Amino acid sequence: MTAFVQETARDGTDAAALPAIVEEQRWLYLTIPTWQRILAPAVIGLVVLGLWEFVVWQTGVPYYILPGPWQIFRTLITDWGTLSGSLLITLQITGLALLAAVVLGIVLSVLFTQSKWLEMSLFPYAVILQVTPIVAIAPLIIIWVNDTLVSLLICAWIVAFFPILSNTILGLNSADHNLINLFQLYGANRWQTLRYLRLPAALPYFLGGLRISGGLALIGAVVAEFVAGSGGTASGLAFRILEAGYQLKIPRMFAALAMVSGAGIVIFLVLSLISHLLLRRWHESAIRREN
Amino acid sequence: MALRRAVEPATEASGGRPVLQVRGVAKRFSNGTLAVTGVDLDLRAGEFVSLLGPSGCGKSTLLRMIAGLGDPSAGRIEWPTTDHDSHGRPMRDVGFVFQEATLMPWATAEGNVMLPLTLKRVPPRQAATRADAALAAVGLGSFLHAYPRELSGGMKMRVSIARALVTEPKILLMDEPFAALDEITRQKLNDDLLSLWARQRFTVLFVTHSVFESVYLSQRILVMAARPGRVIADVATDAPFPRDASFRTSPEYAASCRGVSAKLLEAIAS
Repeated sequence: MTAFVQETARDGTDAAALPAIVEEQRWLYLTIPTWQRILAPAVIGLVVLGLWEFVVWQTGVPYYILPGPWQIFRTLITDWGTLSGSLLITLQITGLALLAAVVLGIVLSVLFTQSKWLEMSLFPYAVILQVTPIVAIAPLIIIWVNDTLVSLLICAWIVAFFPILSNTILGLNSADHNLINLFQLYGANRWQTLRYLRLPAALPYFLGGLRISGGLALIGAVVAEFVAGSGGTASGLAFRILEAGYQLKIPRMFAALAMVSGAGIVIFLVLSLISHLLLRRWHESAIRREN
Repeated sequence: MALRRAVEPATEASGGRPVLQVRGVAKRFSNGTLAVTGVDLDLRAGEFVSLLGPSGCGKSTLLRMIAGLGDPSAGRIEWPTTDHDSHGRPMRDVGFVFQEATLMPWATAEGNVMLPLTLKRVPPRQAATRADAALAAVGLGSFLHAYPRELSGGMKMRVSIARALVTEPKILLMDEPFAALDEITRQKLNDDLLSLWARQRFTVLFVTHSVFESVYLSQRILVMAARPGRVIADVATDAPFPRDASFRTSPEYAASCRGVSAKLLEAIAS
């Protein structure tokens, strides 16, 4: 992590605000504030888990109603073979849906900003797609599309697509007005304006949309699989949750649930990291200042 | 100091050929406001001319029309020494400096200055060499790879000036470029702009609302009045160049400022 200090610029008149990067004190590669940010929620988490375990032990609640965290953890280990296979399938659907959302989101938002007519004609349908509850249309899609994997993919894509589309459109339209004038002045064509101005200006907005879509793609994949309720070879975590529920294997249900949450958290962290790496040199959101 | 009417532009200030002729230019916005009317203006090669006027007198509008950002509602803007494209439009060769530095935050100082060359499809290596030279000329030779957020307000404005000059334009158009800067930075930039102008001899049209700045910098000052925006006086400041800090305290400077201020008061009253 870096901090900014004031330093006299070589240009004597411009002594104001020239940031220099200074090293902060570190412990095991991380700075003290970073440790605080990791440890504070970790302590809360451990306390809650401890309380949970205590309540289960104290009241003697049967495991098929509420298993303790320790039992859930053991189930996670013993059932790892089945569960990790399902996790992989869920992650695969999420990843592919997100990829499709990114590609189509960028392509469509660029097309929309190049042609007002296209935007006027098609954007309302993108909104309709977004506001229709995925649970309501998932059965239809599963009936229409023979391949379960593809139908799940479509459902997850529908949920993940809109934040990327609407954010990227906003970003493409928020390039500095004077910079647009400057491009005009130098006779830039549409492609040049897009490449050198609109796309870089849209990057922070796109990345904001991507972070939302990452979580939504996972939710879409899980919800669709709940609706599909499919068994067999291609069973994701949602099916494991359903299956465990039917068989009253409640600890396994919790274990699968924990894996879904864990996957969501990892997706969010990875996308945040990508966003930080892409923006850290120039964007306000990635800059830490001392004042 | 000499006072003249706007209709007879000063010629003796500089012997260069006319590079820009504005004839009877008016601009009415779509909401009906008459921003500028009946403006005549001549700019000769190598001249430093200021457009001085109160806020809302249409100086920026006029400058933008000259840059080709928006067409006049009436009148002509001619470029006697400029080639025209196949549609008969002048291939304007101008650099523009906005009131804000208007830099791309995602690009380094070098990347920002390279932009006009990149847009004109100059090969990247050549563009980088020219951008580095332009940045060195404005005193930022050691900040090529700094991002705008790492630069102070004055330094950002220097990058903006380097970007405008990197194409070696016929005319440098500046729209209140130093208005947002503190007084000390502003004076330093004024001095540096003058020495850059003395070395490279481009033509400058400089919009400002500061009497002191316009007198210090220019050979000629066109005073504008508002509602509707029009040029009411063409004042020459005859003090020789190079001008430096001693000029700021000279009686000649004070007299010029008084004269131009009187014209400006007239402009506000009219």
